[in-house]
Parts: sequence; structure tokens; C-alpha cells
Amino acid sequence: MSARLDDWRRYRVTFQTILGKEVLRFSRIWVQTILPSVITTTLYFVIFGRLIGDRIGSMDGFAYLDFIVPGLVLMGVITNSYSNVVSSFYSSKFSRYIEELLVSPAPNWVILAGYVAGGVARGLTVGVAVMLVAMFFTEIRIHDPLTMLLIGVMTATLFSLGGFINAIYANSFDDISIVPTFVLTPLTYLGGVFYSIELLPEFWQTVSLANPVLYMVNAFRHGLLGVSDIPLGLAFGMILICIVILAAYSLFLLRRGVGIKT
Amino acid sequence: MFALDVQQLTKVYRGGFQALKGVDLQVQEGDFFALLGPNGAGKSTFIGIVSSLVSKTSGRVSVFGRDLDRDPEGVKSCIGLVPQEFNFNLFLPVIEVVLNQAGYYGIPRAVAKARAERYLRQLDLWDRRDTEMRRLSGGMKRRLMIARALVHEPRLLILDEPTAGVDIEIRRSMWSFLREFNAQGTTIILTTHYLEEAESLCRNIAIIDGGEIAERTSLAILLNRLHTETFVLNLKGRVSELPELGGFVLQALDDCTLEVEMNREHTINGLFEALSRNGIEVISLRNKQNRLERLFLELVDRRGLEVRA
Ligand SMILES: Nc1ncnc2c1ncn2[C@@H]1O[C@H](COP(=O)(O)OP(=O)(O)O)[C@@H](O)[C@H]1O
Ligand SMILES: [Mg+2]
Repeated sequence: MSARLDDWRRYRVTFQTILGKEVLRFSRIWVQTILPSVITTTLYFVIFGRLIGDRIGSMDGFAYLDFIVPGLVLMGVITNSYSNVVSSFYSSKFSRYIEELLVSPAPNWVILAGYVAGGVARGLTVGVAVMLVAMFFTEIRIHDPLTMLLIGVMTATLFSLGGFINAIYANSFDDISIVPTFVLTPLTYLGGVFYSIELLPEFWQTVSLANPVLYMVNAFRHGLLGVSDIPLGLAFGMILICIVILAAYSLFLLRRGVGIKT
Repeated sequence: MFALDVQQLTKVYRGGFQALKGVDLQVQEGDFFALLGPNGAGKSTFIGIVSSLVSKTSGRVSVFGRDLDRDPEGVKSCIGLVPQEFNFNLFLPVIEVVLNQAGYYGIPRAVAKARAERYLRQLDLWDRRDTEMRRLSGGMKRRLMIARALVHEPRLLILDEPTAGVDIEIRRSMWSFLREFNAQGTTIILTTHYLEEAESLCRNIAIIDGGEIAERTSLAILLNRLHTETFVLNLKGRVSELPELGGFVLQALDDCTLEVEMNREHTINGLFEALSRNGIEVISLRNKQNRLERLFLELVDRRGLEVRA
């Protein structure tokens, strides 16, 4: 019994070490990790808000600028949680310091949890930064903070897991930019960040429903503005199922040593 | 109890190459053990499996009585590894490398800091604690790998060619550090290419060649073999009684065959003179090399090192 307790203490230290090292990493290079998303979204606000937003008119009863805020925040969360884990974990494979973890008695699930928490930390940091920029450009008031926070954390968790799996399979630095460019960006842009899917023809509305990002963006928009194209419960369920599947698959890959053990 | 007990260990890499072909090896607790063998013999594969970096194909590994399959966390917490190749995050300061490693082993921060300071001081790296890894010399990186491997105070320290590319002065200071550590009770296993290294540190050795253990012996026996030479002499006529010859050890294989073991300080001329004085005539002679000696000389010759007779 006391042995188990010691184990848990050990796991906690290991988790804190991995998370701490991840936070330190992205904080040290914040110009590469935090700033770009803030600059990009600022540009979106300037262009869509000040320059052409007024011509678009309202969407779902909100000024266009206000309407796109949740999607822009979530876009920052998605790209940053993903890229934090994929680049950090891949670098540790590439320079072989993943071996520091492999020789240690850290269980796989603690390693996974540590890296995912690091991705969530960066995703949320960028999310908050983008939110602050948004508050400068708009006057929105948060409708349902709890939903917003939960969806933010769950989305960051999901994409951190995605980044982790990408890193496990990656054999070169090219391999870690393929998925973000060819999968993540299209999914987010087509995930209702910039429009309500009610604007789409029925066929494309149905197709859009296959995009998990749509559920996150809409649930997040519900949290922020109180409107959504998707029922909230469905969105939570969808994200949760994706998290469970990706987490189980990550643990399976770690156990098999795919990409990290010869 | 054995510090390391390995039975019938095999490894087939993806692609089908068999790097280990049923290795059996036991290392006593407290031993200072050398694993010798030419490049590609399977040393790093063996060490990789014991330290969980490489997955085994079959066989059993147990460390201080803990089985690698049943209690991997228990095995890992007993072992400190100094790998052959540098495996650092080059953008971290020295101190963080050590503290992170301690954290992975679950050592609380305060304890980790005290130990990091102790080992970095002992290995002459404390003044460099805030230097980024990529600014360290090769010798410093090698020493840091040792500090990193010790931070959880393992009972078994495994070093894979720890002094490769390190100049002789630093190598000597690493040796005395390791010797001291072993004297305090840590079991040490190392692989090396330098005979002098094995000679000045280790008590027992194994030679691995082509994925198999070729010999397992003590260093004293090995060195003794290396410093003596054995000849088999065919004699003209029988000898009934062996004479006493100072400096030569004689043994009759049969009535007219004699085996002579001699220290390399003596000459064959001297041997023949002594035999002649005793009325023994030699028809022919051949050199008898044992397997261990041959293997070892190959090993050392390949690296252009001299065996000091
Ligand atoms: N990842 C790998 N895939 C395939 N073959 C390997 C791999 N690693 C090592 N080998 C082969 O296994 C053999 C043993 O290698 P190694 O254990 O590194 O030898 P040593 O450390 O004694 O020099 C070599 O022939 C090497 O080419
Ligand atoms: Mg090797």
C-alpha cells in the first residue's frame, strides 16, 4: 500500500518535470511560439473587423467581427497545442534525448500526460493572448465561461494528442509540418471559424458535420457568444470520444515502442 | 544475488539481422565488469536491452532479482546508463539536464538539486552549470553523462564506451572517479576498446563476438595468459623425468611431447639451452595460442594498441 503511494509521488514529480520543461521551452522561445498567432489574429481583426467586416454585415445576429472571435481563439489553441507537442516530442527523438525518459521508470501514461499538458499549456496561453487582442477590438462579453474553458482545454488536449501521434510516426522535420498544412489548416478553415454553416447549401452542411473542428468551434462560440450551429451536448460527446480514441492509440504506440525503440 | 543475470538473450533487428544469439551473462553485485568485443559485436545492443532502450526478441533479463518483463520500473530504477552516443537536448543548460533526469526518476526537486551539485562538483562541471550543452567540449559532455546517470543513485552503473574520444588526462580522472564509486558499493559494467582501461579498472570480463559470449573470465587470468606464451615441442627420444627449468613451466603431454609455458621476458634461445643442458633434443615446435588470447589480441590489434608484456 505504501509502495503504491510512493509510486504516485514519483509519478507526480515526473509529470511536473515534463510539464515544467515544456512550459520553460515554449516560454524561452516565445517569439517563435506565442507571438506568431497573436500577430496573425491581430491581422484578421484589422482586415475583417475594421476594413471589410462592416460590408459583410451580421452573422447569427452578431457583428461579423464578434462572430469570428471564438473561431480565431480556438484556431490559436488548435495550432499551438498541436505544434508544441509535435515539435517538442519529435526533437527529443531526433536528438535522442527521449532516451532520458525511456531509461527512467516513468510509465508511458505519465510521459503522455506530461507532453499533452505541455501542449495544453501553450494552447491556452495563446488562446488567452488572442482573447486579450479580441477584447481590444471588440466589446464582447463572455456568455458562459465554464463551457468556454472546458471546450478550450478539451480541444487543446485532443490536438496535443494528435501532435504526439504525429511525432511518433515522424522520421524527419518535413513529416511534422505535413499534417498541420494539409489536414489541420483546411479542417479549421472549413470548421466554421469564419462563417455559420447555415450559409452553406444543405449538402455541404452535411459534409461539414463530419469535421470535428466544427463541433469545437461551435461549442466554443456558444461559450463566448451564446450561439451555436451544433447542440452543446453533441459537441462535448464528440470531442470526448475523439480524446479517448487518440489517447488509447498513443498509449498503444508507446507500448509497442513505435518510432522510439529499435 | 546477481546485479545482472541475463539468460538466452537474443535480438533480431527489423530487417532480420541477428545482433545477439543467445547471450548468457551473470555479473556479481559489487563487481567492476568489462564487456569487450570488436565493433559490431553486439555490446551496445546488449546494453540497450538491459536499459530498456532496445526491445529484446527473446530471453530473460533480471537486475538485482527483478525481472525486466514483470517489473520494468523496478529494473529501471536500479540502473544508471551512460550511453555510447551523446543524447542531450543541446539547448538546455547543464544543470537542467541533470535536474530533468532526476525528475524523470521521480526525485523531489530539493533532493535533486543537492545531488546535482554534488555530482557536478565531483566531475568538475559545477562552474559550467549554466552553460548551454552545445557549448561543452566532448570530454565535458562525457562527464555530464556520468553525472546524469548517477543522480538517482543507481545500484548498477552501465557505461558504453565512456571514455571514447576523451584525452588521457581526463580519462584517468574519470577512472579514479569510477573506481571510487565502485569501492563504495556500486556495481559497474563498462564496454571499452582500451585494454589499459579494462586493466586499470575491472576485475572480471566477458568477450562478446558476433553476438555471442566468447569468453568469460577474470582479468587476472586474461593478463596472465597475455604475458605468457605456450609452445608444444616434439622431442627426439623419450623423456622419463622432467627437469626443473627456472622460468619455464614444463608439462609432458606424452612421452615425446612437451608443453612449455614461458614468460615473455625469456627467449626461445634460453629455453633450448636449458633443454640441451638436460639432454633433451627438440625436433619441432609450434606455438599454442588459446582462444581467449587470440580473440583478445585481435581485439586490441585492430585498434593499434600494444599489449605490454
Ligand atoms: N537499429 C539497428 N538496426 C539494424 N541493425 C542494427 C541496429 N543497431 C545495430 N545493428 C547491428 O547490430 C550489430 C551490433 O551492433 P552494436 O550492438 O551497436 O555493436 P557494438 O556496440 O558492439 O559495436 C551491428 O552489426 C549493427 O550493424
Ligand atoms: Mg557500441
